[in-house]
Amino acid sequence: MRGQEAREQAERKAIMATLAHAAADEIARLWGGSGLPSEAELLRGPETGLVTVRGRIGGGGAPFNVGEATVTRATVRLSSGQVGHSYALGRDKRKAKLAAIADALWQDPAQREAVETKLVVPLRAALDATREKRRVETAATKVDFFTMVRGED
Amino acid sequence: MYVAVKGGEAAIANAHRLLADRRRGDRSVPALRLDQIVEQLALGVDRVMSEGSLYDRELAARGVAQARGDMIEAIFLVRAYRTTLPRFGYTSPVDTGAMQVERRVSATYKDLPGGQVLGPTFDYTHRLLDPELAAGADVDAPAQRPIEAEAMPRVSSILAHEGLIEADGDMPLDHIPGDITREPLEFPMARDIRLQALSRGDEGFLLALGYSTQRGYARNHPFVSEIRIGEVELELDVPELPFAVPLGSIRVTECQMVNQFKGSAKAPPQFTRGYGLVFGQSERKAMAMALCDRALRATELGEDVIAAAQDEEFVISHSDNVQATGFVEHLKLPHYVDFQAELDLVRRMRAEYEAREIEDKAEDKREAAE
Repeated sequence: MRGQEAREQAERKAIMATLAHAAADEIARLWGGSGLPSEAELLRGPETGLVTVRGRIGGGGAPFNVGEATVTRATVRLSSGQVGHSYALGRDKRKAKLAAIADALWQDPAQREAVETKLVVPLRAALDATREKRRVETAATKVDFFTMVRGED
Repeated sequence: MYVAVKGGEAAIANAHRLLADRRRGDRSVPALRLDQIVEQLALGVDRVMSEGSLYDRELAARGVAQARGDMIEAIFLVRAYRTTLPRFGYTSPVDTGAMQVERRVSATYKDLPGGQVLGPTFDYTHRLLDPELAAGADVDAPAQRPIEAEAMPRVSSILAHEGLIEADGDMPLDHIPGDITREPLEFPMARDIRLQALSRGDEGFLLALGYSTQRGYARNHPFVSEIRIGEVELELDVPELPFAVPLGSIRVTECQMVNQFKGSAKAPPQFTRGYGLVFGQSERKAMAMALCDRALRATELGEDVIAAAQDEEFVISHSDNVQATGFVEHLKLPHYVDFQAELDLVRRMRAEYEAREIEDKAEDKREAAE
């Protein structure tokens, strides 16, 4: 049972990560064709604030504060009772609300599959494609060292 | 007596209206859009985010546009905006070892897991102004090389090297990271607070100080152990969720300097380290920050403090360009009353001086006559 719970939490977190990375327009576009309800009671926000970004001295040492970043969050409740949250970098309130509804719907066993197949899978595929493109473009700038032999023998 | 003088409302309103007009410039030239600034002046936007100490590309671009490209004014605008927002908390420390690397070079080791990856760099360009850019020529798509993804651990974590290179900087376990946005600066300060100040510090100021250490003022023999640029994930602990909530990713530049160190009463001979971490793509700033971080560790490492770059109070008190510009630029605002008071004072001192001159001359004459 504990393993099940941990697995669920990991899945939920992964979905929140996908939504946080995705562009608002892309979420809204997929939502339009998903048939998922796009209204819910707003319990908090959407509201924009700051988080202080931390790094570590030397990369792995003691933490220190680097600077701030804008973050927008929302909390919603469905008529069926599930409460959903969202947090994402930036100031997009429409995205925050949709992402919170997605989080709430995912917790409803009747809606989970639709959220995953109609929203999360295509968003993740687009993000993976963008990352992969950037990765292979970066890889093309990797230096291949070779040794030049000078003179005879 | 104090007489308040009012006036200038109409002049100020018209000056701001004129500013808006000059900012827009020739109406036959299309207006810049913010997304154009974000995409095509990306490193300028990164500088505003780094020194404005706020990661938000669109806001930084708005600052650049509003300030007519005056970077310090743009940074000022961003800093002012920050103060209007509530704070949700502190993120978990970013893991630069797990970065989606877009550039990674080391000047100390040729062969490393992950290799030397140049990325979008100005290095090895000929610094010739490109006439094709002015003509708006099309740009080729980047080359691609489909190779296996390879882990790219930080150089510092690969090479412990018989203890010849210092470990990452630790603080006592119960140390809570200081925050210069919450508490006033106090000297001497811990390294974590210094790093926060340096990360938002003025690039030009830190660059000049870093350069001064290379030229012999607090010489510390630096090598770039590693520079990496790329995106790192942010997570935030929040009470409503049982796990750290993912926020998305930000681009940062990290610089690890290693510095030859001959040893002191406090530490044996080894390579010591300086660290730089800044928002966006800015390796010049990250390198300058790492040089300054190392120079400012002089006291900790038992070195003599003999140069400006080692003087914590000097460096940290003057590294913030918003503070610096505020104090320098306030000089141009009306000081009519102060100046009148000083003018009066100088007039009196001058009169006394001249009276003394006359008296001295009379004295000299009397002495000569006697």
